Amino acid sequence: MNPRRKKRLAVISTIVFGVAAVVGLVLYALSQNIDLFYTPHEIIQGKDDSGIKPQIGQRIRVGGMVKKGSVKRNGDNLKVSFIIYDNHDEITVEYEGLLPDLFREGQGIVANGALISPRRVKASEVLAKHDENYTSPEIAEAMGKQRHKKPEYSQQQLDGSTEK
Amino acid sequence: MWKWLHPYAKPERSYQLATTLLPWFAISSIFCLSIGVVWGLAFAPVDYQQGESYRIIFIHVPAATLSLSTYMAMATAALVGMVWQLKLADAAAAAIAPIGAVLTAVALVTGAAWGKPMWGTWWIWDARLTTQLILLFIYLGIIALHSSFEDKVLAGRAAGILTLVGVINIPIIKYSVEWWNTLHQGATISKLDKPSMDSAMLIPLLINILGFALMIGALTLIRFRNEVIARNAMRPWVKELVALENK
Repeated sequence: MNPRRKKRLAVISTIVFGVAAVVGLVLYALSQNIDLFYTPHEIIQGKDDSGIKPQIGQRIRVGGMVKKGSVKRNGDNLKVSFIIYDNHDEITVEYEGLLPDLFREGQGIVANGALISPRRVKASEVLAKHDENYTSPEIAEAMGKQRHKKPEYSQQQLDGSTEK
Repeated sequence: MWKWLHPYAKPERSYQLATTLLPWFAISSIFCLSIGVVWGLAFAPVDYQQGESYRIIFIHVPAATLSLSTYMAMATAALVGMVWQLKLADAAAAAIAPIGAVLTAVALVTGAAWGKPMWGTWWIWDARLTTQLILLFIYLGIIALHSSFEDKVLAGRAAGILTLVGVINIPIIKYSVEWWNTLHQGATISKLDKPSMDSAMLIPLLINILGFALMIGALTLIRFRNEVIARNAMRPWVKELVALENK
């Protein structure tokens, strides 16, 4: 390489590494805000590195797994409550509306809503988070997983609901 | 070591090489895509969770993965263009940019169509989706810079700087699902341990990715030939070529 090319290469790599360092620092500084959701543990104990805890009344997203046997649906309308958990803690979520197709016990979900008491979230939106595993139903059944069924609603539940 | 490459710095020689390679890329991409698409959309088993809806993966994943690879190819061309000041490398970078932009847009649109039934929303500002949207804007910025200068040397330099700075976004997109909590799921194929997908689904997906890659190669060759002709329109060899066509 002749000296002029070497110089150009040096200038370009300096610019790129400089900008990379700046972006890296910015992302590091903003890392808590880039996380899409709090885990139940983070709501109760605060974030691991910063200790930031959401205030009561604050709008937050919470993500975790739906606890088996915790889903309670109201027979007359679309009100539903369930517990989501991570490795350490549990949070109760209340919601009124249609759940996404993938919603079920044991499924990872993200709920968007307000914290109404230290361990209770009133959600205005529930999103299902599916994992990166893809398997055919036969193999999944052989592995002891259940073939997924969409949540179903009766006409009475749909009619009784205030929100649609 | 790189002596054998030197003749290709001549536009005429590169144009001929592109012309020779084009049919091979075109035929093999049509071959792979027809096998991959039919196998994936019609014969691959359904997913135990998502049912038939997961089949959009056969379009979404190739487009999304290769939008990143295409960017790296364009950045390599831009780097060569800036350091060695090869006009042909700038032409190659200008030829690739719109292809990458279309792939990124396809990934975003199919992702939204997939997100609505599965997650329950078309769009969410999580790290993966946001950085992919930024990639689309970078691509559009590069295209705009390439076309906003009459002087192609200047255009190549301006677009090259944006291209190289934009490279920083690529690892952020790739690792966004690991660094932050996102709604988007983690990587399926490129995990270090074995891929978490049935081989009956994985093989057509890999064939489709290969088919997409070959298709991108073919489109790049077509666009590269156009760029070379447009930038050398006044040269005698182009005039000879036109005379030969019109005979």
